[in-house]
Amino acid sequence: MLDWMDRRVRAIGAPVVDALEKLGFGFRFFMAVLWHSLGVFRRFSLITREIYFTGVLSLVIIMVSGLFVGMVLGLQGYDTLQRFGASEALGVLVSLSLLRELGPVVAGLLFASRAGSAITAEIGLMKATEQLSAMEVMAVNPVARVIAPRFWGGVISMPLLATLFSAAGIIGGYLVGVVLIGVDSGSFWAQMQAQVDLYNDVANGIIKSVVFGIAVSIIAVFEGFDAPETAEGVSGATTRTVVTSSLVILGLDVVLTAFMFRGV
Amino acid sequence: MNRRLYDFWVGLFVVLGLAALVFLALRVSNVSSGGAKPTYRVTAAFDNIGGLKVRAPIKSAGVLVGRVSNIHLDPQTYRALVTLDIEQDYHFSRDSSAEILTSGVLGDQYVGIDPGADETMLKGGDRINLTSSAIVLEKLISQFMFSKAAENAPQAKPAQ
Repeated sequence: MLDWMDRRVRAIGAPVVDALEKLGFGFRFFMAVLWHSLGVFRRFSLITREIYFTGVLSLVIIMVSGLFVGMVLGLQGYDTLQRFGASEALGVLVSLSLLRELGPVVAGLLFASRAGSAITAEIGLMKATEQLSAMEVMAVNPVARVIAPRFWGGVISMPLLATLFSAAGIIGGYLVGVVLIGVDSGSFWAQMQAQVDLYNDVANGIIKSVVFGIAVSIIAVFEGFDAPETAEGVSGATTRTVVTSSLVILGLDVVLTAFMFRGV
Repeated sequence: MNRRLYDFWVGLFVVLGLAALVFLALRVSNVSSGGAKPTYRVTAAFDNIGGLKVRAPIKSAGVLVGRVSNIHLDPQTYRALVTLDIEQDYHFSRDSSAEILTSGVLGDQYVGIDPGADETMLKGGDRINLTSSAIVLEKLISQFMFSKAAENAPQAKPAQ
């Protein structure tokens, strides 16, 4: 009986302790990355290479998705708005949806699955093939040489990608709304300009994308660094990166939206 | 791939991103109309401003001449004090009147200015004295209901 209870308590306690331990290690790791960032910015070519792999190579999927999302918003928005006789407000609907929510969030989700998973797999494999240990032997700190550039590459790429997503989406909404359906081009842009605010809408959307960029990048590099040195370990870490990043993006989005758009 | 090629692509990426940002700032949002022109500030007190908001447009004959910069309640008179920023290109006489109007049935509310006939013009710090309040739909309905009730009342009396 006592043995049975003992096992039960252990079964509940162990995952909690493990999770807390991982969270604490993650925080210490985040601090270490920030600590070693200064050296990375002195050798910016390290970051340039990572921006190429996370940002430039994600460009096509981000812009094509943005175009499609904007087109769908144009179609769906027109269908709903014309019931109220307000189809001229299509530009406002498309641009506000993209700038405030869909741009940062969908770009963040795509970024997590396109770039975050690649970062985790790369770092996990470097760890499994003992490249990180080899660096330590050569007195090169792997956090400064491998982790920090990837982290900052992601942080810099994400806002740019979200901005491009929103811009492509608005063009997609324009193509469907104005070119295809025939909403008046003048009122499409004029109403958009009258209703969209640079600070409330554009700047807040960019702040969101910066926060998501930091979250996705730190999760990706941490999962890679923390991955067990086996094939299953790396694949599990890659999956965890995508799942955790997506949940964190959506959760943070609720918090940020509650702060930003309460009274507006 | 060598470093110069990375630099080229990253440079292109950053330029694209900044171009998108400029597109969002200039083409999509209203940064170009955000207080670039010099304005002068006048106030107007209203009994009821309805749903008027800060940054609501000020129009005269339908033309945008400025924006509402501040709204607060005067603690002495309990009237709403609205601060209007009017562009310096436009001058209105001192006896102009301000009213709160609605664009369309469901549209936003704005301040309309009807010019007067006085020779002297409004200048910064002046107050518009002639104002008419926003039409509040609930009050309109209740007025209508009361006037209907008043119409029916005399007919009811002879029957008694």
